[in-house]
Amino acid sequence: MELVNVLVFGLVNSAVLALTAMGFSLTFGLSGVANFAHGGLYLLAGYTSWILANRLNLPFAVSAVLAVILAALLGALIYRLVLMPVRGIVLSEVIATFAVGVAILELFRWMGFVTYEFNLRPFVKGSVEIAGVAVDYQRILIIGIGLVLAAGLWYFTRRTRIGLALRGMAQDEYTALSVGIESDWAAALSLALGAGLAAVAALSILPLGIISINIGYDVLLIALAVTVLGGLESTTGLVAGAFILGYAMTFTSTYLGPQWMEAVYMAAIVLVLAVKPSGLFGKSKELEERV
Amino acid sequence: MVKRGYRKERLDRGIKARSDDIFAIASWRETLYLILPRAAVIVSLLAFPLLKDVLGHYWQNVMLITCTIALLALSWDLLASVGLVSLGQALFFGVGAYLAGFLSRTFGWTPLLTIPASTVAGALLCTAILFPVLRLRGIYFGLITFALPLLMMRMIEATKILGGTEGLSGLPPLPDITFELYLVITAALVCAFGFKRLMDTDYGLVLRAIRDNDRSVLASGINIQWYKAQAVFIAALPGTFAGAFLTHHYQFVGMPAFALDFSILPLTSVVIGGAGTFAGAVLGAFILVPLSEVLRAFGTLRVVIYCSFLIIFTIGLPEGIFRFIERKYHQFERVVPLEEVRA
Repeated sequence: MELVNVLVFGLVNSAVLALTAMGFSLTFGLSGVANFAHGGLYLLAGYTSWILANRLNLPFAVSAVLAVILAALLGALIYRLVLMPVRGIVLSEVIATFAVGVAILELFRWMGFVTYEFNLRPFVKGSVEIAGVAVDYQRILIIGIGLVLAAGLWYFTRRTRIGLALRGMAQDEYTALSVGIESDWAAALSLALGAGLAAVAALSILPLGIISINIGYDVLLIALAVTVLGGLESTTGLVAGAFILGYAMTFTSTYLGPQWMEAVYMAAIVLVLAVKPSGLFGKSKELEERV
Repeated sequence: MVKRGYRKERLDRGIKARSDDIFAIASWRETLYLILPRAAVIVSLLAFPLLKDVLGHYWQNVMLITCTIALLALSWDLLASVGLVSLGQALFFGVGAYLAGFLSRTFGWTPLLTIPASTVAGALLCTAILFPVLRLRGIYFGLITFALPLLMMRMIEATKILGGTEGLSGLPPLPDITFELYLVITAALVCAFGFKRLMDTDYGLVLRAIRDNDRSVLASGINIQWYKAQAVFIAALPGTFAGAFLTHHYQFVGMPAFALDFSILPLTSVVIGGAGTFAGAVLGAFILVPLSEVLRAFGTLRVVIYCSFLIIFTIGLPEGIFRFIERKYHQFERVVPLEEVRA
């Protein structure tokens, strides 16, 4: 019985992790920018949707769409205003985006978004029993959204012109430039896409609980852990990383106690980086990451 | 019509050019030109604890925190001079803090014994922890240092060792605030000037070369892992000292010792002050920490404010305030017309 529980919730947890990390991983894989504002954008989408739905009384669907669009625009804006001047200086990129993320989070904290009234409505209410375990529709929906997005991303980066252009940029910037792909445009687009994905993740995952500021910091760490574990630039690696981490977390939480859950993904970051920095499924690039 | 342009020209002051050389001892004026800025800083810092009646207890505490952050910033700057960009100074701070708490709780040592012991032992421990990942470069090292202090925090929470979530309280204090101030100010000054000297020696040259091009140093037959490990040890010293010191100042150590604040504040200080100069790191801390005390009334909005600083300085003035001031001191600027360019 407990095992079934673990299996089912491990699956849900993996989908949550995959969804959370998708935006971060996409941006990192396509433009090499570690977008440390990921957590900030994630919560920004959640709060925006809440404000639109509860203060302006817009229908939930409209508020969700607006939140995603806003997050994507902000992502592109972050690239244009903050990242473009320091492009290529990895440390400055990380510091600048991290500062943006923390600024967003702490701004919301200052504005008083810290109480229990802040929760998003699930898309569908109710639950269903799978093999004797009650799972609510929202969790199933998360798995569905995760699958659709993963497939969509795979198609986008492999089969569409824009996706191929972005991947070309990631592989060799100069060659891509010489065939007419514009570097800044591609990077801005990858940030906008990443931010949009963060918003979609926020809108589907946040209804499972209340929105709190610290989620923003956790989201960044989870995104880091999954991305590092699965390796960059590959959707398969992302999904595999999410599954390993999702099940590892569910197992430790069930058999060792929930307080170990957060230690698991931190340990995953540290161990994987120490042993194989390109991730379990990443390809070479060995010399760039270590000597 | 010829459009005339202007450009700004920078020239070294004559006194700078002369006093760079041995002729500095030829005149008082040139000697003072070199010594005065340094002496002013040292004297005003050392005089600060004597002003306790004027400034009051509050600002003495602010000074204390400022120096601790300055120490962490110096530690960051030294690591960065070897090309190891850390996003987690809190690791050094937390290890030092917990070690001091542990030593004084378990063995009942006095702070005068625990602080030096945990400074050295903590630095050794940090070096041992980071040793396996010293091969990592660039952002990968940054990511791992970002996660390490947070992992430590979770481990302490989960295993409930060292007081778990409640921490260790009721630890013995240091004698008095004047002693504490002199201790931490001296430490900051020694590190700032000592690190600068260190980087100017042949040893420092190797460290800087590792930052600039590690592969060519490797090709010269130098064991760069070993040098990096030594650099981590030296850089960890001020960090662990800061941790051990604050533990005894607050008479408490807990999970906040590994908190993100002790990673962000030093980093922001260095970015504001200017990396690679050590003086910049100290200057940054002396701007940032008092400022954030003044802004305390704004609650968490001050975090937003210093995040904006971080963004503005990273983009707008990446050299930092110190190099800017240094340039103004050593050079004068004038506007000269552009030479006419014939098409």
